Amino acid sequence: MNGAEYIVKFLEKKGVDLVFGYPGGVVLFLYDVLGRSSIKHILTRHEQGAIHGADGYARVTGRTGVCLATSGPGATNLVTGIANAHLDSVPILVITGQVGVDSIGRDSFQEADIVGITMPITKHNYLVKELDRLPGVLEEAWNVAREGRPGPVLIDIPKNIFTGTADFPEAVCNLPNRKIPLKNGLTRQLERIAKVLKEAQRPLIFAGGGVISSGAEEALAEFRGYSEIPVVTSLMGKGAIPEEPGGSLGMVGMHGRPAANLALSQCDVLLALGARFSDRVTGNPQNFLPETCIIHVDIDPAELSKNVHADFPVVSDVQTFLKLLLQRLKEENSKPTIQPWLTQINSWEKEFTLSYQQGSLLKPQEIIKEVARQAVNEPIVVTDVGQHQMFTAQYYPVKGKRNFVTSGGLGTMGFGLPAAMGAAFGRPGETVVLFTGDGGFQMTVQELAVMAQYQLPVKVFILNNSCLGMVRQWQELFFKGHYAHSLFTSGPNFVKLAEAYGVKGLQIAKSEDLKVVVQEAFSYPGPVVVECIVDQKENVLPIIPPGGKPNEMLGRWHGEAHVSRLS
Amino acid sequence: MRHTLAVLVENRPGVLSHVAGLFARRGYNIESLVVGETEDKTVSRITLVVEGDERVIEQVSKQLNKQIEVIKVNDITNEETVDRQMLLLKVTADQAARQEILQLMEIFRCRVVDIGRRSLIIEATGDEGKLEAVTQSLRPFGIKELVRTGKVAMVRGPK
Ligand SMILES: Cc1ncc(C[n+]2csc(CCOP(=O)(O)OP(=O)(O)O)c2C)c(N)n1
Repeated sequence: MNGAEYIVKFLEKKGVDLVFGYPGGVVLFLYDVLGRSSIKHILTRHEQGAIHGADGYARVTGRTGVCLATSGPGATNLVTGIANAHLDSVPILVITGQVGVDSIGRDSFQEADIVGITMPITKHNYLVKELDRLPGVLEEAWNVAREGRPGPVLIDIPKNIFTGTADFPEAVCNLPNRKIPLKNGLTRQLERIAKVLKEAQRPLIFAGGGVISSGAEEALAEFRGYSEIPVVTSLMGKGAIPEEPGGSLGMVGMHGRPAANLALSQCDVLLALGARFSDRVTGNPQNFLPETCIIHVDIDPAELSKNVHADFPVVSDVQTFLKLLLQRLKEENSKPTIQPWLTQINSWEKEFTLSYQQGSLLKPQEIIKEVARQAVNEPIVVTDVGQHQMFTAQYYPVKGKRNFVTSGGLGTMGFGLPAAMGAAFGRPGETVVLFTGDGGFQMTVQELAVMAQYQLPVKVFILNNSCLGMVRQWQELFFKGHYAHSLFTSGPNFVKLAEAYGVKGLQIAKSEDLKVVVQEAFSYPGPVVVECIVDQKENVLPIIPPGGKPNEMLGRWHGEAHVSRLS
Repeated sequence: MRHTLAVLVENRPGVLSHVAGLFARRGYNIESLVVGETEDKTVSRITLVVEGDERVIEQVSKQLNKQIEVIKVNDITNEETVDRQMLLLKVTADQAARQEILQLMEIFRCRVVDIGRRSLIIEATGDEGKLEAVTQSLRPFGIKELVRTGKVAMVRGPK
């Protein structure tokens, strides 16, 4: 058997049915074998599309995404996507071809040291120089990508390894046991945590992406139901629990929902689950909730007390932890008494609502709300990066499991379209809604070709404000309105652009068209691009200025037209 | 404060770059790093001297532990250890000075490993303090070249 055959057989054995990739010189041999296998290969139109596609696929399915590229430029085109998956802890197996072992280090044609380049942005990476290491590396890489905190793993495979033949040994997973977190000490921690929670007067659950990656959605809903402790989420945690009364108060942080941020600023005990306290949430970490008792649960010990000091650090996956804690609370028949706190939060929710001012021009918020209103069967919601992303996080109540996909940690413009494509492949038959900006959409627009080819049910809403909205907003607020290179003076005809790719193109320019066009987009079975012409000057509010505390939000309060600071 | 970390790693290609790269990208300062095989051929030991407060060192250890090839991280700063560094030093030594230098080296139990017409090469092994003293004592004669290894350390006793 040769190396290429071994790799394909390995992927089949792991149940991989779909890979995203792009061929080239040194991987032709692998492609020759792959092309005869049962594995479906999605030929994206750029390697960045392949890696974001694998990322979207992994996020909505919970499985490992697989992505292939050739050496040199093929591999370097993956870099942004790998970094993106790394910061959001998404399991992806990346296989890149490399020049033959004898040619390495000679600046050979299409040689790039992708292992060196991706070392800081992968969970782990490998260069396979000996054929007999191939089985062990594949097996280990597969496990590393999934075990503990998930992440992207890259295997760089020289050309001669694909062609070389050997009697490959049965691979054993030699991922050392030591990498699996210890469970000892958990019982005692639980005892103390149960006590702290029981005595808390203003407890709050802060759910991060770890809730989703550990599959703890039901456990969280159950825990919340029993304890009645309110829940807020990070951007990555959005969708971990339904955004409805009795579920989540919404996202916290720089553009968080007002009541959620107020609850965060006033809680006395914070139960942080699989969240990493990014600077978008904490502002200046030194001033972050100095009085609050923080219980921090994460599968990655390095997250505990990394940004914010944890009074109770717990190394555990969220699901296991929540089940044990709930069991304990039930056994002790204990619940915190928090009625006044709940009443307080309730009144914040009524008093400090999200609001925007309607005008003659369409507002991005209106579109998002209308799409959410018309959506049936809880579609997968995907965003790109910018203002529309924050509007979606604020205004689109996500329900269902693994239904929200966004680039959180890296904030990668161009992520949305290929991720939506990957999501559609991951959950065939389900509708995918993508909100994107006219900037980000143009960064990876070529993947419309794939959407057309497979008639993927992706509804793309471009919130076209003729500018790099988020940049424009910061320039307005923090650079005295000096709009340096953020306003587009020309742009494509998005409807025609979509149609050129064979995708249905629609446009909404006036509020009165909104309802019917959204309806039309949903009733059409295949991919649709809806260009929405929106007010260029709309800002994302509230906003906590950089370094501010959760309660120091600027926004429009009590129906006032002007923007002011809440406290 | 300076910390000494003893890190056991798998003896595989690429391990050192993974460890060193980690320090670079997280902004930690390595003062010295020594790597070599151990009694077990499949395992290497990296001895690291790192500058940082408790918080930084805790993060360093946790991040090191996350590396797939890292087997164990031990902070041996506060342990009873034997630690050694080695120094090679080329000192100007004309006929007149030579005798005095040789006597000095006798006191420090250093070895002269090469004799040239105008210079000597001295080899010194010891802990940081001793190497510092050796260097100071030779400075007046004129140091032409100096190389030092990083520190290797071992915890005393049965551990
Ligand atoms: C690849 C990349 N380049 C630059 C940025 C910086 N950036 C963040 S938001 C933004 C503007 C996005 O504009 P658009 O896609 O039109 O969305 P909008 O903010 O208008 O909704 C920019 C340039 C980024 N996040 N990613």
